[in-house]
This record gives sequence, structure tokens and C-alpha cells, in this order.
Amino acid sequence: MTIELDPVVVAVIAAMGVATYVTKAGGLWLLGRVDLSPRVESGLEILPGAIIVSILTPELIGGTLATWIAAGVVLVIAWRTESITLSLGTGVVVILALRAVL
Amino acid sequence: MGGETTSQQGDEADPESTTFSFAGARKGFLTCVPVAVGVAGYGVLFGVLARQAGLTVAESTLMSATVVAGAAQVIAIGVWDQPIPVAVVVGTVFIVNLRYLLMGASLRPWFEDLSPLQAYGSVFVMADENWALTMQELRSGNPAGAFLLGSGIAIWVFWILATVLGAVAGGVIDDPATYGLDFMLTAVFVTIAVGLWEGRSDLVPWLVAAGVAVVTAQLLGGQWYILFGGLAGAGVEMIRYDD
Repeated sequence: MTIELDPVVVAVIAAMGVATYVTKAGGLWLLGRVDLSPRVESGLEILPGAIIVSILTPELIGGTLATWIAAGVVLVIAWRTESITLSLGTGVVVILALRAVL
Repeated sequence: MGGETTSQQGDEADPESTTFSFAGARKGFLTCVPVAVGVAGYGVLFGVLARQAGLTVAESTLMSATVVAGAAQVIAIGVWDQPIPVAVVVGTVFIVNLRYLLMGASLRPWFEDLSPLQAYGSVFVMADENWALTMQELRSGNPAGAFLLGSGIAIWVFWILATVLGAVAGGVIDDPATYGLDFMLTAVFVTIAVGLWEGRSDLVPWLVAAGVAVVTAQLLGGQWYILFGGLAGAGVEMIRYDD
């Protein structure tokens, strides 16, 4: 099996990689130069949940009934069992089943 | 990584400094494996899309290995063309990933104890999913700095393998929905959200974030809604902060 790499494509990918790493490392670096008040830190604390919810909600709203139901199942199982494997596994089974039916 | 330590963080104030150990990395890896499998679901999707956009298996894999950012990769592939619109592609990737600035910043209280190599090396494999898991772990009182790296490696390996699978199968799979792959993204983030939920005090900021995200997604194109939703949630929390 040959490995086909177009030099131009590789260069663009490298640029994408650099641009991405700058965002990942940048926040860490910037904050070394700034002191934070407790108020700002409280904002940073809520950030993980806020971002995840921001990614999730438009996704769900644009979804089908099957998606909502399956997502609901995932939610309940994740809540009850705290097992990621179980919630994801059940979610896939449910979505496939619902899509076959709905 | 010098500079003053940040001030008290309330009940998360930790007198122990952050560790960076194999045990921490291992815990991160093992905790993240189920999530990484979920991420692999849309890694396969990315591989299929990349192939359909004209990238070779090697190029698709290289992208996943160096960028390590699912949303940005999928979007970049969406604007891929011949000849490649370099400025659009790289610019889009940068903007979509701007939220990482905030995410990296939120690691600062713990990561400032680590060496530059440990800290800046770890964030290479930082993705939404393992960042959220790491924040959860650190805030639960376990100052395992290597958790991000371990969990990131899990994501990285699965992401690369999934991309290869998707790119190779890309000639064969017509519709990823047949396998429920497109739902994996939603499912993974639902489980992560459940893990992050700390109680009633999260409700208002989360609702505001969700609301702003939905409105922004309607009004603006692209992925700005993630950044704005996140900032709105954080902003509400800062406004509500009680000294």
C-alpha cells in the first residue's frame, strides 16, 4: 500500500496543526501573565459545562425525534449508572432501532 | 511557567501541588477509553468525509494526528476544494478552535505547577472531551496533572485509528447514518455533560449558555455559537458571583 501525500496538502495540514496548537497552548500561556480575581475564576470554573452545553444544544435542536429520544436515554443511563460505556452503547442501539422504526 | 499563584478558589483550593505521574496518566487513559470509543465513532465519520473531499488515506490520517480537533477538522473538510482555499481553511480552523484559549486558561490553576514541557506537551492532545474529563477530575480533588495527557493519548490513538478506518471505508460507506455514527457526537457530549453537572447552581449559567448558543447558531454562521455560549455562561456566573 503506497502512502500518497501531496506536498501542498501536507503544508496546509501543518498550518492547520500550528493554528490549532496556538489556541490550545495560548490560553495556558496568556494566563501566566495575568492575575485572576476569584470572580473571574468562578467564570472559568463554569466554562466546561457551558461549552459542552453550547456544543450540544444546537445539535439537539436541529435533530430528529429519534435523536431526542436516544439522547434522553443516554442522559438517563449516564445519570443512573455513571458508566460511559453503558450510556454510549445503549444510545447507539436505541438510535439504530428508532431509525428503523420512526 | 512562573508568575504568582492565583488566589483562593473556594472549596477547590488545594494545598497540594499538581502531580505529573504515570499513575495520573494511566487513570486519565483508562477513564477516557469509553469516551475515546465514542469519539472514534465520529472519527470514522471524519475519515469518510475527508476521503469524499479528495484527501488520501495518508493525508486524512496526518490531519487527525496533527490537528487533533474533531469539529475543526470536519469543518475544514467542508470547505476543502481544488485548489485548496488555504486562508479559509486555516482561518476557519483557528476560529473554530478559539474556545481552546479559554479551556487552556481554565487549566492554569493546576498546570502552573507543572514544567513547561509537561504542560505544553499535554495540551497538544487536548480535545473537548478529555479537557472536560480532566476538569472534572482536578476539581474532584485529585491534582493529577498527567490526567490530561493520558486521556489525550486515548483520544489521539482512537481518533487516528478511526480516521484510517473511515478513510479506507470511505469508498464503501455511502451514509454514515446507517451505523449511527453521526449520533455519536451528541451521545458523547450528553454523557460528558452529565459528568460535569454539579447541582442547582449550574442551572442558570448552563441555560444561558444553551440559549445564547442556539440564538448565535441561528444568527451567525460557523461555529461562533460555541464560543459565545461558553462566554455567556461564564459571564452570567461572574455576574452572580457572591463575595
